[in-house]
Amino acid sequence: MNAFKVMLAKDLRVELRTLQSLPAMALFAVTTFVIFRFGLDRTSLEGSLAAGVLLVTVLFAALLAINRLFVAERDEGGFDAIRLAPVDPSSLYLAKVAALVVYLLALEAVALPVFAVFFLDGAEGMAPLAGILLLLDLGLAATGALVSTIGANSRARDLLTPLVLLPLLVPLMIAAAGAAEPLLAAGGPAYDEVGKWAGTLALYDLTFLLVGYAVYDFLLED
Amino acid sequence: MPALPLDEAGKYVAGAYVVFVALLGIYVAIMAVRIDRMRAELADLAELAERQAASSAEAKREEVRT
Amino acid sequence: MSLKMPSLRATAAATAVVLGGAFALVFFYAPNDADQGFVQKIFYVHVPIAICALLGFVVAAIHAIRHLRTGDAVHDVRSYVAIHMGVIFGTAALLTGAIWARAAWGKWWVWEEPTLVSFLIVYLLYATYYPLRYAIADRERQARYASVFAITAGAFVPLNFMAVRLAESLVHPRVFATAEGGLPGSMMLTFLVALAGMALLFVTLMRFELAAKATRGQISRLRRALDAGGAAGTSSRIAPVAPAEGGR
Repeated sequence: MNAFKVMLAKDLRVELRTLQSLPAMALFAVTTFVIFRFGLDRTSLEGSLAAGVLLVTVLFAALLAINRLFVAERDEGGFDAIRLAPVDPSSLYLAKVAALVVYLLALEAVALPVFAVFFLDGAEGMAPLAGILLLLDLGLAATGALVSTIGANSRARDLLTPLVLLPLLVPLMIAAAGAAEPLLAAGGPAYDEVGKWAGTLALYDLTFLLVGYAVYDFLLED
Repeated sequence: MPALPLDEAGKYVAGAYVVFVALLGIYVAIMAVRIDRMRAELADLAELAERQAASSAEAKREEVRT
Repeated sequence: MSLKMPSLRATAAATAVVLGGAFALVFFYAPNDADQGFVQKIFYVHVPIAICALLGFVVAAIHAIRHLRTGDAVHDVRSYVAIHMGVIFGTAALLTGAIWARAAWGKWWVWEEPTLVSFLIVYLLYATYYPLRYAIADRERQARYASVFAITAGAFVPLNFMAVRLAESLVHPRVFATAEGGLPGSMMLTFLVALAGMALLFVTLMRFELAAKATRGQISRLRRALDAGGAAGTSSRIAPVAPAEGGR
């Protein structure tokens, strides 16, 4: 458990450079919102359009974070150091997942209020939406940590990781959009569909966490 | 959409089955190219082996003489 | 395991017979569909191909698990070929699906048909298998990572179908609803024979591919052996004292 905490702290500090990069990432999210405002030619969003803009922005941010997950390890041989240490590879995986979740939550803490101010009329439905985003982040992190490890040791890793990752994320995004759309509906949030989609999100998260935990050993052995 | 009349429908059905057969044909053609290449390389290797057998037989004969 | 399975010749012959029989049934036995008319005949080639592609991916995942468990490269090759065949069959499924959509619905692609959309997503995922393998130089690591991918992708397939189906609003009529449930007996028989034929075709092509790969491997090994032998042979000619190292 201690190793987990150490690795989690290291990932947050070194890989993601959380404290330094978070302002930049927040700026990135806000600028993306502005681009959407002009790209869609809309000053207010609701329902599926709002869900789409928000979720795609979160996805972009996640892709950037996932890409950076292994930068320092790759370049400075950190991977080898971890392989030599008597650490269970699967806890390394969980640490990376946790780091990504923390990172994305921190980003959404800024991006979500800005999004509401920019595009939404009221703030009801924000609380369940935050819950949906948490489930989404867990899925993004579980799949992202796994795929970026696969890509980390390959040529053209910057292209390969998103290439393999995106199709895997489709069901996750479908479920997140399905949940977010009624929560952001014009006439106020509707909660009847949320349970079904939250269940799907949870199923996705569980599946990929289990798969990642089970196969991670094989990625790190040499 | 109401069902297409038989002559039009026939073209689409034929198209689907043609796609299937065509893909199969493309695969067979690719395999044929690969097998040809393998045959050529095997012929090359057979020649190489014969040459080596000949040269080692020659070396043995020379030994016997000396 | 290959000792118990029938030979490539046998499976090829069986494929020809069953598939030929299936097509005969399609055009001479199965009745026309009430809604879609003659166009529905595409169902007998499209759906079995799609099912075989997905089964191929499942087989690939199983071989991948075996590969990670045993480290035996044989399973990696089988996993690779299963995915390769799955992608080829997947291409055929998407193309025939598009033709069917055009004939039944007027458009080459319909987002309202959840099975087709799910299949496209799965196809796009497995298409990344090739660049993934190509990007990893070390052979042993490449095989391991490919196996991890095959397992992850295998877990992904049911999730994907579930999510897409949930997303499809019930307002849009399903294009291929007639393909599911409630098939009259004659159509079901024809479908099952077609499915068996496509499955046999998949197995035949897979073993064909495996045989080609194995032969290719043996040729490479032969070349390496002869090249090494050739070098020794030359030196034994120059130095007549040392006996030829032909006892290899």
